[in-house]
Amino acid sequence: MTGRTPGGDAAGAPGDDPVPDRIHARPVPRPGRWVSAVVLLVLAAMAVNALLTNEKFRWDVVWLYFRDVTVVRGVGWTLVLTFGSMLIAIVLAVLLAIMRRSDNPVMKAVSWGYIWFFRGTPIYTQLVFWGLISVLYPRLSLGIPFGPEFFEFRTADLFTAFVCALIGLSLNEAAYLAEIVRAGLGSVDPGQTEAAKALGMKDGKILTRIVLPQAMRVIVPPTGNETISMLKTTSLVLAVPFTLDLQYSTNAIGNRLFLPIPLLMVAAIWYLLITSVLMVGQHYVERYYGRGFGTQTSGGRRGRGPGGRGRRPGKQDLIAASGTTKDDPFLEVTP
Amino acid sequence: MSGTHDAPAPAAGTPMVQVEGLHKMFGDLHVLKGVDLEVPRGSVCVVLGPSGSGKSTLLRCVNELEEITGGRIRVDGELMGYREVTKDGRTRLHRLHPKVVARQRSRIGMVFQRFNLFPHMTALDNVAEAPVQVRGLSRSEARARAAELLDRVGLADRADHYPAQLSGGQQQRVAIARALAMDPELMLFDEPTSALDPELVGEVLAVMRDLARSGMTMMVVTHEIGFAREVADTVVFMDEGVIVEQGTPEQVLGDPQHERTRSFLAHVL
Repeated sequence: MTGRTPGGDAAGAPGDDPVPDRIHARPVPRPGRWVSAVVLLVLAAMAVNALLTNEKFRWDVVWLYFRDVTVVRGVGWTLVLTFGSMLIAIVLAVLLAIMRRSDNPVMKAVSWGYIWFFRGTPIYTQLVFWGLISVLYPRLSLGIPFGPEFFEFRTADLFTAFVCALIGLSLNEAAYLAEIVRAGLGSVDPGQTEAAKALGMKDGKILTRIVLPQAMRVIVPPTGNETISMLKTTSLVLAVPFTLDLQYSTNAIGNRLFLPIPLLMVAAIWYLLITSVLMVGQHYVERYYGRGFGTQTSGGRRGRGPGGRGRRPGKQDLIAASGTTKDDPFLEVTP
Repeated sequence: MSGTHDAPAPAAGTPMVQVEGLHKMFGDLHVLKGVDLEVPRGSVCVVLGPSGSGKSTLLRCVNELEEITGGRIRVDGELMGYREVTKDGRTRLHRLHPKVVARQRSRIGMVFQRFNLFPHMTALDNVAEAPVQVRGLSRSEARARAAELLDRVGLADRADHYPAQLSGGQQQRVAIARALAMDPELMLFDEPTSALDPELVGEVLAVMRDLARSGMTMMVVTHEIGFAREVADTVVFMDEGVIVEQGTPEQVLGDPQHERTRSFLAHVL
């Protein structure tokens, strides 16, 4: 790369390097990486060997029941329980978080009490309780306390096992999510609320248009975590008892066949598969709510650099890609 | 207080801003200790003073971002934040409902030191948001108007940028456009150039200068003495929660009567 004509980089011939005498140095030797890679490779081979050669795993049975109708239906029910209860929980949690932040002392106390109770008792106990609700109150009626009743129905008709499981999971989850939402709302710069107020926006609009969308950036990652956790918590619904979910149905088959381990593997593989899909989904949701903020990381409210929805890569993207700095030497002086 | 603007002053009468005996306490901290001030329609009032003198607090009280402890603030003759109820010959104040307060605020534009743009919206949507949510304009109507305003502050080509993709000076100009979108009668500027790099201050001051020429009533808290000299009709010097002196720029900046004003000006000039 020497002996270039002056201004040769402007000629733009392919392969022309704008840097005269570019550095091509030998990297620092890293023997540790090779050693650790070899060691891990050996360990991994041992693990695979242990899984494949041990006949008690009965991979043929695993594969057979992986596609079994009862099992796939169990996957369906587990998904319905997971997403259903998360949906209810998110709505409840936003309400609880707003109540907790309100000036109204009654609302504050209700929210605090709810979180205190539902976080303070085991989910298993709560599920058993919901399963027994129709024993506790065989008939439910709507009316004025000590006064007339408008209508009445049998508790067991409304509180089926599925409804009990759904209520039990979502009420418990809402308590945890409420704290996440509260942290998210608290993370938004108070200057945002002030600016919106100064424009004459009312409290409700400020919350839904300005504060919540920004809080989502903080709320989404732990909520994704909670969803994955919920996926596995659904395996506790046998406490209700609800018996159609993935864990219960595989367990039942395993007991019937006297082959508990292969069926445990079936359940584990399905849970792992769903979790992987959820992680991909979470990535996209995070990217959506991260728009306008720094690409990754927490970024902060004055986060720099373009974010979100595939904007054209700017100078800052290239600088960020180097991974050595987040500063933008161009930003403040660009006309 | 002679009008230096080209635009004719609207029908005289009540001043745009009337502050009477304003007190503000944060707990035991007495920040404003009886402030009296009038800002006539179409005039520019620049508030100077050392940090902690209460000048930002004064501005925030006018916009009801702070609850005042004593006194009265009237904007366009309307008492801010309260309703006077006379009963049995005694006048008592009733706090206004938040909805009414929001309406009062919507007539006053405010520009903050830290811009406070909505980071999850593009420049255009930042400007269009309040007209849609407060005025009930359609999204397309508000966007068209927002584009005009961005053009007015010289940022037509930055409409689709998120705040994080704009320089400080550009962000502050978007913030000014956002405030103007509500067609305010009064604009408040709380140290609008203090968070900017020196070479970006000029572009923001230029927009403010244009705005003043168009006849907007403005209250500006700043340290830009040059701006005060050139644009202000009234200069107010505050220290320790009171107005030490006020008058035309020539009077206050050229021939200050008080020792505190003189020593402050000696430090900033």
